[in-house]
Amino acid sequence: MSQWQAIAAIAQAVADGKVTATDLVDQSLKSIDDNSEYSAIIATIPERARERAKLIDAQIADGVTPGRLAGVPFIAKDNFLTFGSETTAASNILRGFEAPYQATAIERLEAEGAICVAKANLDAFAHGSSTENSDYMTTLNPHDKSCVPGGSSGGSAAAVMLDMVPFALGTDTGGSIRLPAAFCGAVGFKPSYGLVSRSGVVAMASSTDVIGPITRTVADAALVFDIMAGPDALDSTTVARESDSYCSFEGVLAGMRIGVVAEFMDEGLDPAVKTQIDKAIAAARTAGALISTVSLPSLPLALACYYIICPAEVSSNLSRYDGQRYGYSDASATDLEDSYIMARSTGFGAEAKRRIMIGTYVLSSGYYDAYYKRAQKLRTKLIKEYEAAFNDNDFLISPTVPTTAFKIGHKVDDPMQMYLIDVMTVAANLVGTPAISIPAGTSDGLPVGLQIMGRQNHDKDLLSLAHLMEQII
Amino acid sequence: MADLTNEDVLKLARLARLSLSPAEVDYFVKNISPVLRYVEQLQSVDLKGIEPTSQVSGKTNSMRPDEVVDYGVTPQDLLKNVPSTENNQIKVKRMVG
Repeated sequence: MSQWQAIAAIAQAVADGKVTATDLVDQSLKSIDDNSEYSAIIATIPERARERAKLIDAQIADGVTPGRLAGVPFIAKDNFLTFGSETTAASNILRGFEAPYQATAIERLEAEGAICVAKANLDAFAHGSSTENSDYMTTLNPHDKSCVPGGSSGGSAAAVMLDMVPFALGTDTGGSIRLPAAFCGAVGFKPSYGLVSRSGVVAMASSTDVIGPITRTVADAALVFDIMAGPDALDSTTVARESDSYCSFEGVLAGMRIGVVAEFMDEGLDPAVKTQIDKAIAAARTAGALISTVSLPSLPLALACYYIICPAEVSSNLSRYDGQRYGYSDASATDLEDSYIMARSTGFGAEAKRRIMIGTYVLSSGYYDAYYKRAQKLRTKLIKEYEAAFNDNDFLISPTVPTTAFKIGHKVDDPMQMYLIDVMTVAANLVGTPAISIPAGTSDGLPVGLQIMGRQNHDKDLLSLAHLMEQII
Repeated sequence: MADLTNEDVLKLARLARLSLSPAEVDYFVKNISPVLRYVEQLQSVDLKGIEPTSQVSGKTNSMRPDEVVDYGVTPQDLLKNVPSTENNQIKVKRMVG
């Protein structure tokens, strides 16, 4: 049982004066301290958090109408720009960086009274599936300390399941919210592309990066998302949101058409994971959902497509780290060129260098058409196959990950094995559809994640369905 | 094509303004090649007549008035992370000999 109630109930209790924001912040900081052995947290923000809590408590005492997240503590992945602490993206090159402004997502949550208490560990620059690529430390899985929490938002997922906060923020470029949510037993929601502003978030691959919540329940995820979603003048890639609240769930399972993705239920799947997914599917069928099998023939190629497009965009986005305007710099450099090279060679870790070089390769003249352009065309093919699948199905369902959490150190020397962990999550990013991972039982004490994907920009339908599924699993 | 040589890795590093130790060159030759071999599966797919996709939001140009907006961020805020400044400007190393 969690020490935290539902987020809406916490905010209500604060509004009613039954508990103070100050108490909640203290409770959260204590829980962070008690669980320090898990290495989920890069930095805490005690001073600013307590100041904000005091202000909220004073406002409530004065009769000011409190926000929808009044006094609710949360943790942001350390690739969100925040005041009150450094923002490092778990990289050495950004060690010591103090954000001059905050991410829009953080600003919107704060405007509703939420309080950021800490920054969570991640794979440096969000490059990874286990947090082992963090330049600082590896986060441990809350269910088994010898296992990874998944990545790249591993610190955020572990923080929620260690009860440090009622919710945490993550980013998802190829599965980085859903995968750690699955490995840690949390709910992880990746919204449709463009629904949440990315202003003030360290960019990874701009055509697939999205921001989303990691929580214990779908209702909590919907509430946090509802507050963050919508256009932002500071991010011209944001799109219009649904005008209704994302929190008012609609519909019933009976008659819902759910397609089980054939390509993700085949021999690559851990039998113990398959057992749990089959159970969830059977429960949906019993509740009246119309279950069928659906094939998307290009899906087995999605990972290859992703590992061309993602490194290409990474190499482009990371070119701004040149040691001149911010970040690590070596004063002994002899000239400007030397200064770039020294900053980047010392500041970037192995995974960032690997992705920069793969990206440079697939974008270089002579290889551009063979790699990058072909990947962009395959992306079109995938989008068309998803459109066809959503003609006959309201939702698509699959495991989130083919396995449960693996042992720390197990895949770290073999990048290709690490990349294969993302095989079931990357397609939603390439296509832009919303996708959510919800807990679906355990195998040998380790959580299994069920992934549900919905139509692009129909995030409310997806959250409603996920809420229904969560009740019957 | 996809199996990189030491020279290939050094060339990529040069293009990306990275300097690699000999040990790093060996390391990246060994573990970038399998990734390139994996993504090469796309070479055999028939993609004739398919248009490339570069973004999925469906948006085209996003226009805004060309005017100064005060977001409450001062030049001092922006300069506090700069490794080397002089007179409120970013100071860099010399560019030409």
